[in-house]
Amino acid sequence: MSDASADLTEIDRIIDGHRTLEGPMLPILHAIQHAFGHIPEAAIARIAHALNLGRAEVHGVVSFYHDFRETPAGTHTLRICRAEACQAQGGAALEAAAQRRLATGWHGTGTCGVTLEPVYCLGLCACGPAVELDGQLHGRVDADRLETLLKEAGA
Amino acid sequence: MRIYVPADAAARALGADAVADAITAEAEARGLEVTLVRNGTRGMIWLEPLVEVETDAGRTAFGPVAASDVPGLFASNFGDDALALGPVEAIPYFARQTRLTFARCGLTDPLSLADYEAHGGLAGLRRALGMSQAEIVTEVTQSGLRGRGGAGFPTGIKWDTVRKAEADRKYIVCNADEGDSGTFADRMLMEGDPFCLIEGMAIAGLGTGAEKGFVYLRSEYPDAIRVMTAAVDIARRAGLLGTDVLGSGRAFDMEIRVGAGAYVCGEETSLLNSLEGKRGTVRAKPPLPALEGAFGRPTVVNNVISLATVPVIFEKGADYYRDFGLGRSRGTIPLQIAGNVRHGGLFETAFGLPLGEIVDDIGGGTRSGRPVKAVQVGGPLGAYFGPNQFDTPFGYEEFDGQGGLIGHAGLVVFDDTADLGAMARFAMEFCAVESCGKCTPCRIGAVRGVETIDRIRQGDAAAIPLLEDLCETMKDGSLCALGGFTPYPVLSALRLAPQDFTPAREAAE
Repeated sequence: MSDASADLTEIDRIIDGHRTLEGPMLPILHAIQHAFGHIPEAAIARIAHALNLGRAEVHGVVSFYHDFRETPAGTHTLRICRAEACQAQGGAALEAAAQRRLATGWHGTGTCGVTLEPVYCLGLCACGPAVELDGQLHGRVDADRLETLLKEAGA
Repeated sequence: MRIYVPADAAARALGADAVADAITAEAEARGLEVTLVRNGTRGMIWLEPLVEVETDAGRTAFGPVAASDVPGLFASNFGDDALALGPVEAIPYFARQTRLTFARCGLTDPLSLADYEAHGGLAGLRRALGMSQAEIVTEVTQSGLRGRGGAGFPTGIKWDTVRKAEADRKYIVCNADEGDSGTFADRMLMEGDPFCLIEGMAIAGLGTGAEKGFVYLRSEYPDAIRVMTAAVDIARRAGLLGTDVLGSGRAFDMEIRVGAGAYVCGEETSLLNSLEGKRGTVRAKPPLPALEGAFGRPTVVNNVISLATVPVIFEKGADYYRDFGLGRSRGTIPLQIAGNVRHGGLFETAFGLPLGEIVDDIGGGTRSGRPVKAVQVGGPLGAYFGPNQFDTPFGYEEFDGQGGLIGHAGLVVFDDTADLGAMARFAMEFCAVESCGKCTPCRIGAVRGVETIDRIRQGDAAAIPLLEDLCETMKDGSLCALGGFTPYPVLSALRLAPQDFTPAREAAE
């Protein structure tokens, strides 16, 4: 079986596993993104068919939400909180340091395959600036601490 | 020996997992028998990771603890260590609070139903099971509880509308899309006392005739998702959820649904569209969600804190709860003190504390030690308050009267290095990023707002009336609070710090 058809089998299996839910769209998309790291183009038509929707409607949902990626992220994902509470604690300086260190802007993938994403609040507002590196949360992060975290992650 | 190390996301972000591992390793090395409990946080975030040890005199606290401090704590037998804070509930910040909604948060093992019951849990639900639907709703109405998400709508009235609606199905939807910067009460509650939310939703179901609930939980809260999912599972197995709630013959069950990173989905109609699997665009009202909500059925949409406050109202009675507060703001409010502040954390208290007391006295002023320039109250859509407004008492009407809002009760403190012109620009930029696109004042107004603020900051003072006019249009013409309230931070920043909107600020720096 080719990779592409194996992917389709997996996509169909995920869709089938969620079809009985009320409002299955988001749970399906989360599960597909979890499995593939993004929402493969081929998934759009399968979801549309299964849920009796137009492909444009499914694409509209995928593109509406910040979480869903249409291409895979890099080896690592660094999300930096840009919201007010982190800005009050030096967030802007951390953003600038991260962009320099990774040589990329928001949504880009830079040095050592680190994808840099903004996030608007991780709920760590009393211990900012906050970041999430490969799913792990960190509070009170400055440029030095960020450097240590990136090195520990091998980036 | 029983030791508590919080598994709350904030504590973990400050190294609690490493502390827990170090405690286990040190105990093993010393041949000591230690029971390690991963509790929620007490909310004193500046002391996290806050380690508690059970003694004959109650629980004593140490913090903030780093993994490298652990051998020393054992060496002193958790006695007179430099990190010792004494009995945790005697710490002034904690002792001054009125913990009703958060009574158990940090005290119990979040996923132990036995621990939950031993500390008053399920007493409210058991009482509600003996009441009629009308009696349940009346109890909530009489408590004076208003929506803690920010809108402040009386919870009992919303429930009554759903109760009286005729339909084959009804729903309870918990809005756990806590996207406002400076707020973390929902996260703390869900991670620290998840059964409390489940109990509140079950009571809401009994009162309105809804048998199905959803928690719409934002994806930025992976720990809360994990804890809530596990708690729902435990509750179902224990018969607290399902076709026969606590053996009453009445049904209520619920699911955890994960959001996908859209701030606007914290708006209730956008949340409902998202729950149904659509783009999270805002719906025009009417119809009210209470009549045509999730999947077109009558739906209660309540914030986490509103629902999690319901159990204590039923446990202690509506009058007990209503006796706290000020004016039309009854009961307690979990203040979330954040940003550049020395004692950041959650502080639950009766409504009515003056803003200045919260910031200077409880929060201890700025962490940087510099003077406070402004406090943004109520999230990214809330107004900036200056020290000249510090006598404003914390209440819905009181803040409205000052041209602001309490929102979800988050306070973000800024010191005098903050550039409020940049913050106003950010408010517009954020609105542009997060606008659902349905209404023009928000979708286009936010983009024009960024451009106009840039013009003003480059020296075009004639653009100030343009910005004010644009803000009026957004306020009056937007479909929801995103476009409608973005003018609050913008105009308040302009009022409070006009010097931050001039090119001279750069020359001065």
